[in-house]
Amino acid sequence: MSITDWTLEPRMREFELGDYIGAAPRWCPSCGNHTVLKCLQKLCKELNLPPEKTVVVSGIGCSSRLPHHMGTYGFHSLHGRALPVACGIRARRPDLSIFVVTGDGDCCAIGAGHWLHALRYNMKMTVLLLDNNIYGLTKKQTSPTTPAHTKTNTHPNGAPLDPVNPLATAISMTNASFIAQCVDWLPEHLYYTLLRAQAYPGLAFIRIRQRCPHFMKGHLDAFINDINKVQLLVDDNGVDPGSLLQTHHAVEHDPTNFDKAMTMAQQNDPIPLGLLYLNENALHYDAFTQKGIVTSEEEKLATLEAEFDKFAIV
Amino acid sequence: MSENQSIADKPAMPERKIVSQHIIEFVSDAGEGAQTAGQCLGTISAKMGNGIWTVEIIPAEVEPPRRSRAGASGNRVRIGSKTVTNAGDQADLVVAFNEQVLYSRFDVGALREGTIILLDNVWQSSDDPNIQKEFEDACADFRNRKADIRFVPFEAETKKIIRDPRHGKNVWALGLICAIYDRDIKLAENEITRKFAKKSQEIVDANLRLLHAGYDWAMQNMDLRFSIPAHSAPVPQIVVNGNIALALGIMASGIEVCSMYPITPATSISHYLAEAFPKMGCVVHQAEDEIAAIGFAIGASFAGKTPVTITSGPGLALKNEFMALAIMAELPLVVVIVQRGGPSTGLPTRVEQGDLLSALYAQPGDAPKIVMAPSTHEECFRFVITARKLAETFRTPVIILSDANLATGQQPIPRPSPKASWFAPPIDLSDWDESVPPFEWDPETGLSQRPIPGQKNGNYVVTGLAHDQAGHVAYESSINEKALQARSRKLATLQHALKSPQIHGDPNGGDLLVVGWGSPRGAIEEAVDTLRAQGINVSSVTLKFLSPLEPGLKEIFSKFKHILCVEMNYSDPKEFNDARRYSQLCTILRSHTLCDIDCWSHVRGIPLTPKDIEKAILDHINCSC
Repeated sequence: MSITDWTLEPRMREFELGDYIGAAPRWCPSCGNHTVLKCLQKLCKELNLPPEKTVVVSGIGCSSRLPHHMGTYGFHSLHGRALPVACGIRARRPDLSIFVVTGDGDCCAIGAGHWLHALRYNMKMTVLLLDNNIYGLTKKQTSPTTPAHTKTNTHPNGAPLDPVNPLATAISMTNASFIAQCVDWLPEHLYYTLLRAQAYPGLAFIRIRQRCPHFMKGHLDAFINDINKVQLLVDDNGVDPGSLLQTHHAVEHDPTNFDKAMTMAQQNDPIPLGLLYLNENALHYDAFTQKGIVTSEEEKLATLEAEFDKFAIV
Repeated sequence: MSENQSIADKPAMPERKIVSQHIIEFVSDAGEGAQTAGQCLGTISAKMGNGIWTVEIIPAEVEPPRRSRAGASGNRVRIGSKTVTNAGDQADLVVAFNEQVLYSRFDVGALREGTIILLDNVWQSSDDPNIQKEFEDACADFRNRKADIRFVPFEAETKKIIRDPRHGKNVWALGLICAIYDRDIKLAENEITRKFAKKSQEIVDANLRLLHAGYDWAMQNMDLRFSIPAHSAPVPQIVVNGNIALALGIMASGIEVCSMYPITPATSISHYLAEAFPKMGCVVHQAEDEIAAIGFAIGASFAGKTPVTITSGPGLALKNEFMALAIMAELPLVVVIVQRGGPSTGLPTRVEQGDLLSALYAQPGDAPKIVMAPSTHEECFRFVITARKLAETFRTPVIILSDANLATGQQPIPRPSPKASWFAPPIDLSDWDESVPPFEWDPETGLSQRPIPGQKNGNYVVTGLAHDQAGHVAYESSINEKALQARSRKLATLQHALKSPQIHGDPNGGDLLVVGWGSPRGAIEEAVDTLRAQGINVSSVTLKFLSPLEPGLKEIFSKFKHILCVEMNYSDPKEFNDARRYSQLCTILRSHTLCDIDCWSHVRGIPLTPKDIEKAILDHINCSC
């Protein structure tokens, strides 16, 4: 047992799916959020994560209600601010499993600064960007990832700008280390991606292309209805494509190659699925914040005495 | 060369004049080390057993243009036989390396008729005729103002020892002052050695030569001799500025996480912490912005480690959304705010107490939290230890409002003896009692216990949305009111546990009571003492808690004919009548007590002086009678 373990489990506990289920979701029927929630619960069960050692952190928005529907600890924070909170939780708690749920407005607009810096901190956590290309909770305003010319309540004549590319932006951030993409209509692939992310020692960022049946009706139908419009990325380091390999088109992709990752991130059609970018050499900020967490009271008192002496009048 | 030898060299030495206190200033262009000279003089004097108070004179830029009024940099050192509680009134002696920086001291009223000015006359023989003229004109002007100007060849003498006088005349000047004020030259040597310890031995040696050269020059060429006898403190002491005191308090409080973003004048807390904190196994997180700094802190708090975040007024403005979340989610947090001049970017390096109302009320909705204000360096240290415990007991943010005057002023305080009881206990990860909800508000006290991630059966979701006792989102009116009441009741509970504030002067009452908070306390009490000695029936009280207010204020106020708030934030003059805006504490106290409380305040960006306050008190008594 390593020195950073905080508790001794007397015996192995077995958890059931029900242990991870919280309040019933109130999202629209067929919203992509349901899929993500189910995959996350299944992952927790599969990994037998103790619910009390699992924390789901979110910002504000439709998707950010997700922690309420989990049976774990949760932190439904402020609009755009889930990542600083999650980093603070991680700072002194290596024993917790941390998931962050954020939306396209939450992450790429109001929280964009935190997003980039959290990627750079590269502290161990799994970050899920539930990207439905629209503000849902506040009712159909243009989000940073809304396609140009889409008519919204804030741009009734069509969104004036091309959307942010969250994948290319994330990959380009210094020290970003794990950037993947999923779609809500292929839950098996999402599940395997979560599994891969959870085994990763740094910040795993997963963008999930997602439907919004209410405000972006049918905007992904073309991709859903044609299996040739998605492409599985295959690599030994990547995400296990599972049974999809038998039905969907696959390409070899080396995620450790930055240029190839950037090229793949620009590809809109077909949608690349899996691990786009991996940099296992990236430094981990948690190594800095967790230094000394086992310092004894005696050591602390001795340091304090020595520090007072520095200012003492002799 | 020892002092005795110097004296022996000069048999016709003038007699030392004994003074109970003197105010000495060093002013120079930025980068010429006047601040170092002042700090050293302060430390040497404190080590000799004198009371001291130092104030930094700081330009807003790192390296402003030379020979400019706005670029003045330096230090004021008030040295007394007894404890010194404030920076005092006008200076008795000023060392100035050029006449322009000296002007800046006249501009702020820091100098009086008869102030001794030791001015470098190198400018008289400048190659630049404009500079020569500026110098001559200024000297004539200073003489008109009846200053006692004496030329001292700081630069010329320093050049005899080192090549670049800009990096040495400060220590030469320190030597000079040590001779004039009978400072222990051995202590001065130690201080110089310590100050330059990180530099090469060559630099240390050069500075020691400069120190002695300045000392000897004064002994041989100057007739100024003062002595400020020391009343040695009976207990061991440490010499710190308010920011270091706060940093030591943070270390002593058991806080493990300091999450900050650089902002003047708060940052030096984290400079020191960044060096010392890791030795205790703790961490200073420099976040990407003010918002992330408090967000990170709140995350650490949720995970069981009560953190501190450090900022100033503009940073507080950015943190308010998260502050409200911490109040709503009932997460303990210590927030240190070192106030500066506002609004907006304001006066970054100057003092003001303008953030009281924003600390109390700037968050969305009703957001009760604890607000404390240290008024001395010792309180800067102790209040952090108290704040961490209050934050945890009351599940709420605790704001500590310091200011730029406390932050940069150096003072001796009793050396604390570290106690294990100051530290936070390890996180309790035992099983949570499933029947206890995460917000089990006690109807009497509003208090409740919180589960920490890792505690089995404690699983709950923190949310900034209105919620019930279980932490579930709840929009029902009755639940919302109950929750607001519980959070508010916590302050009433704390107030019941507090004592009434102590009166400085006569607790039985009198003609006027000055009410203050924070760093002006020393100047207020000095003014009260002076006036009481003249038979004026005035007392003062310093509030340490601003939220909740300490109990019994109304009763205390009822014993005095007049109540006058004295503080460093804006207020309109009386003539504004109905449109008059009162100073910040005054506004709060008027609403809290319904007493007709008056105020006197200023926002000059410099500390209040005892003389200012004396005048305000007398004006008030005279015009009210």
